[in-house]
Amino acid sequence: MILSPINIISSSVLLLLLFVLVVPLLKSRQRLLINTSFMLSSLASLLGIIGGVWAVGGGITNKLILPIGLPDLPFHLRVDPLAGFFITVICLLSFFVSLYSIGYIKGYLGRRPVTSLVIFYCLFLAGMVMVVLADDALFFLISWEVMAAASYFLVMFEDERIENRRAAFLYIIVAHVGAIAILLSFGIMAGLATGFESFNGYTFDAMRQAEFPLKWATAAFLLAFFGFAAKAGVIPLHVWLPEAHPVAPSNVSALMSGVMLKTAIYGIVRVTFDLIGVFPWWWGAIVLIFGLISAVMGVLYALMQNDLKKLLAYSSVENIGIILIGIGLSMIFKPFNIPLLSALALIAGLYHAMNHAMFKGLLFMGAGSVLHATNERNMEEMGGLIHRMPWTAALFLIGCVSISALPPFNGFVSEWLTFQAFLLSPAMPSPFFKLLIPLGAALVALTGALAAACFVRAFGVTFLGHWRGAHMPRVHEADWFMRSGMILAALSCLLLGILPTFFIDWMDIIAQQLVGTKIGASSGVYGWLWLTPVARESASYSGMIVFLGILLVVVAVYFILHVKPGGIRRVPIWDCGFGKLDQRMQYSATSFSMPIRRIFGFLFNIREQVKLNPRGVHKAFPKRLNYYLRVRDRFWNWLFKPVIEFSFWVSRKVGLLQQGRIQAYLIYSFITIIVLLALSR
Amino acid sequence: MKLYRFIIEFLQIAILLGVAPAFTGWVRMLKCWSQGRTSAGIFQPYRDLLKLFSKDVLLADNASWIFRFTPYLVFGTAVLAGGVIPMLSLDLPIASTADVIVLVALFAIARFFTALAGMDIGTAFGGMGSSREMTIASLAEPAMLMAIFTVSLASKSTSLSQMVHVIYSGQIVLRPSIAFSLFAFVLIALAETGRIPVDNPATHLELTMIHEAMILEYSGRHLALIEWAGMMKLFLFVMLGVAAFAPWGIAESGDLVTISAAFIFMILKLVIVGIVLVMIETGLAKMRIFRLTEFLGSAFLLATLGMLSYFILE
Repeated sequence: MILSPINIISSSVLLLLLFVLVVPLLKSRQRLLINTSFMLSSLASLLGIIGGVWAVGGGITNKLILPIGLPDLPFHLRVDPLAGFFITVICLLSFFVSLYSIGYIKGYLGRRPVTSLVIFYCLFLAGMVMVVLADDALFFLISWEVMAAASYFLVMFEDERIENRRAAFLYIIVAHVGAIAILLSFGIMAGLATGFESFNGYTFDAMRQAEFPLKWATAAFLLAFFGFAAKAGVIPLHVWLPEAHPVAPSNVSALMSGVMLKTAIYGIVRVTFDLIGVFPWWWGAIVLIFGLISAVMGVLYALMQNDLKKLLAYSSVENIGIILIGIGLSMIFKPFNIPLLSALALIAGLYHAMNHAMFKGLLFMGAGSVLHATNERNMEEMGGLIHRMPWTAALFLIGCVSISALPPFNGFVSEWLTFQAFLLSPAMPSPFFKLLIPLGAALVALTGALAAACFVRAFGVTFLGHWRGAHMPRVHEADWFMRSGMILAALSCLLLGILPTFFIDWMDIIAQQLVGTKIGASSGVYGWLWLTPVARESASYSGMIVFLGILLVVVAVYFILHVKPGGIRRVPIWDCGFGKLDQRMQYSATSFSMPIRRIFGFLFNIREQVKLNPRGVHKAFPKRLNYYLRVRDRFWNWLFKPVIEFSFWVSRKVGLLQQGRIQAYLIYSFITIIVLLALSR
Repeated sequence: MKLYRFIIEFLQIAILLGVAPAFTGWVRMLKCWSQGRTSAGIFQPYRDLLKLFSKDVLLADNASWIFRFTPYLVFGTAVLAGGVIPMLSLDLPIASTADVIVLVALFAIARFFTALAGMDIGTAFGGMGSSREMTIASLAEPAMLMAIFTVSLASKSTSLSQMVHVIYSGQIVLRPSIAFSLFAFVLIALAETGRIPVDNPATHLELTMIHEAMILEYSGRHLALIEWAGMMKLFLFVMLGVAAFAPWGIAESGDLVTISAAFIFMILKLVIVGIVLVMIETGLAKMRIFRLTEFLGSAFLLATLGMLSYFILE
């Protein structure tokens, strides 16, 4: 069969890879290069969407064996509904972002050549799809490295800034530590699948068929979870993420936060549910606990950021946490043999993965437009942009509402499903579990509320009020390419929010294959308008009616009150009669988060100083007041600094061996040979 | 029959719109009496609303569309929430649209946009109000969810009508978990509706106001909508608490006699809740904003304890 999901998807990858070879020819014509390359990558993404949607919708599993790679170790490719789902998510966002990039990257014209950016952008897209396509450990790791390396170069794109080089370096180190863990995990599974005599164990098929002893399965799971968690930015392995994501060009940040993190989620789901298959419930508890920590800490750190893109990056940590909560719950319920709840939690997690791709992509694109227009990432210097950039502001607002889990947008649907999974959980025989469920629900609720505070702050400080900086630059609205990318993303946020039943019915097959039951069976009875995951009596939600209901009342009231025209007068702001109101008197991002900083301050490393400058008439009447605040991630000092110091210590000790004299090295070789001879006898 | 259900629905929304100001008037009247003042009567809120509706809107120069859109949205979410919470009858056609989680989120939308509107003008008070409101909400909202979750765990449903059904059928007796969550709910309701000791609805003192600070720049019909929605919110919280913890009187079927009985029960409950509210408000002083952490934190803890005790004891 020529036309099948896997063929369509691999042709889209091929298209991207082949185009990379052509790029150097277009090097001298930058404008043409931008137009063709991003048009082409959006075309490739469209192909990927078609293949992915088809694979999930039809419940199709295709395989392909490519006779390339090492001799006798061909590459295996496979598309099943799970892979199809992630390919759809990846390609959907890359389609929007590619459209956006046509406008965005033109901002670099005349400032710096973008050839390298185009090359690595295409490689990055191809790498992400390849990771999901891979059906053997070898091809998986190669694709994983392509993805990591391409994104490393994208983070390095503006390499004249020291923070970019530092971030990229940190990123590549963490990515490789994670990759080693994944490699070891695959090694364990491959070794147990066929023994160490045969090489065929490296295919995922062999791992699927093998039954692992619990001890080794746990080791493989923990290694894989560590590796994927490092990539996904799960706290405490997250410190690279808020460094690396913000400094990349904004279209790349959108992809990195929106979908690259999802490949790690894909990895976790693939390894646990598919490759290992049978596992004890406490694996799920581990995933759940790390998810909860990431969700709460992620959003609290996001609340402390003044850099708009850094805020979004920390919020990705939070959302990865929420996805892991769903997956962790599903992993808890599966061994207890409650397939319906397991399916519900899994769908909640995956649905949030899709939602997060949409709104985080939208928000990063919006932040990119702001950066493009104002050359500013620091929120303390912004304000009032809603008047200059009405489109960007409205679209960014949709992203903010979605991510804050407010109906009728999409973030709410996945949060609602997660809550249902918590509330429907029966009392399990384990006391630890009894403690975990209520605490988990409480922390998810806390996360949602804090996220709303975080995004009121982000939107309010950036777009509302007056410009806070010294002088306002010439701000321009995003062009139509950028707008269209954002509009499409915003539309998908709305559609995923008001028509969740369609999407859940579409992806239900994944739950069927991984945990053995669908959740849609009950939702169909009550009509497509209502989301009723378990039973009509226990819970129902209709995003559509909420949307239309609010719209109806708003429109009705508006018209009733506007029967007689006029009645609005524009006047200057009331300044309490002082007449000296200026833009520095507005609430800033720092002051907005001050109460929350006081409440949750113990979680951060905060240094706060107030200095009075007494130069004036008298000490009691200071002229200036300097406020200094530094909020730092505690994990850097707790976890990363000791490791870094230890590795430097080890390398210094090892460095003692280096004498620089040939005699010393000869002695080392001699001793080694003697030792080896003595040992191998 | 179907039409009849919609008539009940509209009747309920009409009661919400009509009775909410009277309830606020009742609370204000009681408060005046308890403090030895003469009251303006139970109907003063209606007169206030009418006056505001007839006035011109004064809009600051740099107000954006968010500022103008917010009053309508706040009003819209309040009306929608009123259509979902069972006040008179359980048999509401749009009740299945939203369960308790959605209800809490509906209030959250209103808050989200009010906070944005507070920051829109760019004065210090607006931002201060928004910041405080979101801080309080970030503790109160999860506590609220947890309090209601405890009840819904016991009734195996998050749909309010279903929860009331289960309470009617006598499956819920007074349990420790419900007691915890009721106590937590009262604390949170005080915070969410901006009553003493969290916020004082009667003051415009810069340093202490929270909700009033966000809406300081509003005038005319915009302010009227927000004020009205605020009254509805107070009313709805009472109704929500009643539905979750003491639903007796709400009609299960929709005939005229039970509906009118339900209406009388509702008024009775409102009168009682008003008295209790005023007793709480006159008995307590407003807290400093950083003492609120303890207040809301304990509400959150109580609610979580309620859910924990459900899982461990039952």
